[in-house]
Amino acid sequence: MQRSFLAQNPSVMWFLAALGLFTVVVTLLAEGTGTALISTSFVKTLGKVLCLCLIAIAMDVVWGYCGILSLGHFAFFGIGGYSVGMWLMYARTEAIVETSMASSVIPPTSAEVQDAIAAQIFGVVGASEFPMIWMFSHSLVLQLLMVVLVPGLLALVFGWLAFRSRVTGVYLSILTQAMTLALALYLLQNDSGLRGNNGLSGLQNIPGFDDVPQSTISMVFFWASAAALGAGYVLFARVLSGKMGSVIRAVRDDEVRVRFLGYHVESYKLFVFTLTAIVAGIAGALYYPQAGIINPTEVAPIASIYLAVWVAIGGRGRLYGSVIGAAFVSLLASWFTGGGAPNINLGVYEILWTEWWLVLLGASFVAVTLFFPGGIGSLFDRLKGDAK
Amino acid sequence: MLRIFTLVIALAWLPFAVSAQELQTLLQSHRDVIIKPSRKTVGPTLDALVASGLPSVRGFLEAWQEKNVYLRAEDDQFYLGSDADGGLTLLDVDTGAQAVTGVDKKDAKQIKPNGGVRREIGSALVAFQLSDPDIARRTQALDALARSLDAAQLAPLIASIDNETDAGLKTRKQKLANYLQARFGESPAIRVAAIENLANDLSVDGRAVLSQILATEMLVAQQLPDDANVAEVLEPGEGDLDRIAAYQTLVDDHGLPALVVPADIRRALEANVDGGIVGGIPVARLDNEAERARAYDALVEAGKVPARVSEAAIDQAFADWGFYAVYLESDPTITEAAETAQATAQTRVTLSQTADIGLDAISLASIYFLAAIGLAVTFGVMGVINMAHGEFIMMGAYTGYVVQQIVPDYTLSLIIALPLAFAVTFGAGVAMERLVIRWLYNRPLETLLATFGISIALQQLAKNIFGTQARPLTSPGWLDGAWIINDVIQISYIRIAIFVLALTFLCLLLLILKRTRLGLEVRAVTQNPRMAASMGINPEKIKMLTFGLGSGIAGIAGVAIGLYAKVTSEMGADYIVQSFMTVVVGGVGNVWGTLAGASMIGGFQKGVEWLNPSNTLAAQTYMILFIILFIQFRPKGIVALKGRAAGD
Repeated sequence: MQRSFLAQNPSVMWFLAALGLFTVVVTLLAEGTGTALISTSFVKTLGKVLCLCLIAIAMDVVWGYCGILSLGHFAFFGIGGYSVGMWLMYARTEAIVETSMASSVIPPTSAEVQDAIAAQIFGVVGASEFPMIWMFSHSLVLQLLMVVLVPGLLALVFGWLAFRSRVTGVYLSILTQAMTLALALYLLQNDSGLRGNNGLSGLQNIPGFDDVPQSTISMVFFWASAAALGAGYVLFARVLSGKMGSVIRAVRDDEVRVRFLGYHVESYKLFVFTLTAIVAGIAGALYYPQAGIINPTEVAPIASIYLAVWVAIGGRGRLYGSVIGAAFVSLLASWFTGGGAPNINLGVYEILWTEWWLVLLGASFVAVTLFFPGGIGSLFDRLKGDAK
Repeated sequence: MLRIFTLVIALAWLPFAVSAQELQTLLQSHRDVIIKPSRKTVGPTLDALVASGLPSVRGFLEAWQEKNVYLRAEDDQFYLGSDADGGLTLLDVDTGAQAVTGVDKKDAKQIKPNGGVRREIGSALVAFQLSDPDIARRTQALDALARSLDAAQLAPLIASIDNETDAGLKTRKQKLANYLQARFGESPAIRVAAIENLANDLSVDGRAVLSQILATEMLVAQQLPDDANVAEVLEPGEGDLDRIAAYQTLVDDHGLPALVVPADIRRALEANVDGGIVGGIPVARLDNEAERARAYDALVEAGKVPARVSEAAIDQAFADWGFYAVYLESDPTITEAAETAQATAQTRVTLSQTADIGLDAISLASIYFLAAIGLAVTFGVMGVINMAHGEFIMMGAYTGYVVQQIVPDYTLSLIIALPLAFAVTFGAGVAMERLVIRWLYNRPLETLLATFGISIALQQLAKNIFGTQARPLTSPGWLDGAWIINDVIQISYIRIAIFVLALTFLCLLLLILKRTRLGLEVRAVTQNPRMAASMGINPEKIKMLTFGLGSGIAGIAGVAIGLYAKVTSEMGADYIVQSFMTVVVGGVGNVWGTLAGASMIGGFQKGVEWLNPSNTLAAQTYMILFIILFIQFRPKGIVALKGRAAGD
């Protein structure tokens, strides 16, 4: 069975091989584990790109294969990040508070420790008590469970409501965008219990590993991200192969006909929507410890639209296409906005890429949609065609 | 004989002499205060001066306030003086006649009251200024009076009402006199009557008077005094009075044993550590409340620290002592009248606020309508989703800004900007339709993405051209200010103008769609493009024009929105999601639907803001959640198309 799956999907083998090669190369060149040709911050960037590739695959499955243009998957990504960030922030603050209290004459009670942690974390929003949603933040296991459960349940409920009443097409896109906006606005409030505008910070410091240098931690997260990406790729390739994959694709192409053939379209859509939301949450949980900070702007609707942009440029309906799109566009973006691209002096006007990059992105995006709907991924199809 | 004659003459002059010296005499009797006044001591003197009713008092007070009063060393008399080149010119305080000129400054001591005293003098002068022939000074005096209501001002204020010539000032004086009477009136009957008048007063000042009358203080007593005017019996632990705070007042005022809070226990334990042991318990075990309590109790037995106050003791203290909110005003008839008046006023204020919220909601709805109606045309009529719609709004607003840079007259520039914004965004819309959208008519999701690409490019372009800071779009002078209905209900003219604009567009669009050839063709193409084409209609051209029309309206909406909000490159993005909601909730493809959607969203948002005024973010969050739920029940919006036109 396993053999036939891989035989049917040669791209999976190719992808895993490429990912493995990439991981080995980066490991050999990295500061923490190899020849230090790649700086720690760039390792982090690469690790983050791998997480973005993972959510891009999820987006590709839900949009490219199932035809649901969700503008809300970055919300699930953010929820994953917040869930793991809560534990990171709690545990780290706890360590700091316990160190500072250790010197006092009398050992602190647990209530005193709690109060000190709460004051430390929520001082910026003028609160000093733990809100309800932090009740599990002391436990890594429970928070990791929340990484999976909260996006999953939210997607399940939202999807059930939306698919049940046959909201489709652009309506569904706008509804998911509304959901994202609602979440972002909720997180922006100071009394939401998640530090409002300030977000959660200091996430790059892993509690209990204070002695381990960032160069090593970054490598561990890089490997974890690579492993998650590989696993996610195999998982989705698996889901999309066989009969179930055919039904999912059929839903994309003609939902009404699939329903008339006796399939329960809503269940398939709900399954895909929820599964991809969970994967997005996991990607977020891996991404934000590498980014170090999460705040509500990360969840804003625009982020989810960019996600759609990556997938469209990379090529919808091909898992590797979305990976290429996410990696290509996000790396290009950091190259342009980071001042890496040389500015072009036209004599009368100098094009500063930090200012003009978005114009270029917007225009090239229109061009891709118009003239190159297959995206970068379709280049591989042409290669295959030539080979034959 | 001569002596008798002189005496008679002198006696005949005496009344004049006395009257001529009256103020001087009075001043001499308050000599010390006038020479060295302080804010605390000057009051009685001022009262005496004002009460004397002498015509020259006012001139003296003004001079005193301006530091123009001198005490001449030679005869120890007060003079009004003015400083000139050749020395001082001194005037008699009673007659104002010139007494001496060219006095050396050394011979006369200038009296310089400090700032606090000068303010006191100023408020005493208010009484005179209230009847001043100059209306500006009367207004000024009333303003000063309204800032600090004072019992002493009541009589002069009432006296000045009858001779007031200006109708506006007269009403204001009557109103202020009413406030003063409510608080300081002579008899309870007068006060009650004045308080009853306040029930109809919605202004903040009027309500402040009532709450000042109803001000309470907390009284803690074992036996309630008979004359106390009790507003409420307070229960510790209920309402605003929490147990700890209530007990703390007993500690502070009545010497009950002080509470020992966990922090006190901690401090006491820290202070009594002896060789790693406190109260017989090793320090390391003191990491929980129970052990700490045991250690502390051990210290208590050793007599080192005060005993803890048990919960039972606190309860007993609360049983012994009563907590009362007592009115500062001792007369119950007055506080009762004030309570009634306050309740009536509050009801009226609430009603007015509801009306005010209603007006706000209408104005917000008109903004949403303006922002969304262009989208409704393109999205609804053509099934095309235009993510760049918000950027068309921005483009219109920037057009208005640029026109204002060229044409300085705000009214004229607005008249130019409105059609120009329409033209610019119409052109942009047509160009976009020709270049991008027409290739994607049967791929709606890709239209969404392509127009999103245009949207980010346009937004960044605007940022590159105009910078990131907000640009002002100034409204003409006649749109400044607000229409004030009463003290609570008011609406700014700009919002009214936007409402009128929204209404105009509603009518115009209905007219175009229902009464013109273009509208007929648009509706035909919407329903069945191929059939329309076979009837000789050019669907390509109609779609292009429709898209241009929708975009053009967005441009005009941009000018309108720019007038009341700032123009930034991101302003479009702020409205785009709300606009989509409006269209989706209202129902696609219908102008009335957009109107219904805008009204509902505007009304709902203002409603939530009203319930929780401090948090507009929460209002938006709830609104979106509400919309998501609403779509469950009416997936096609409020006004759903039926039959073939629905397209599915």
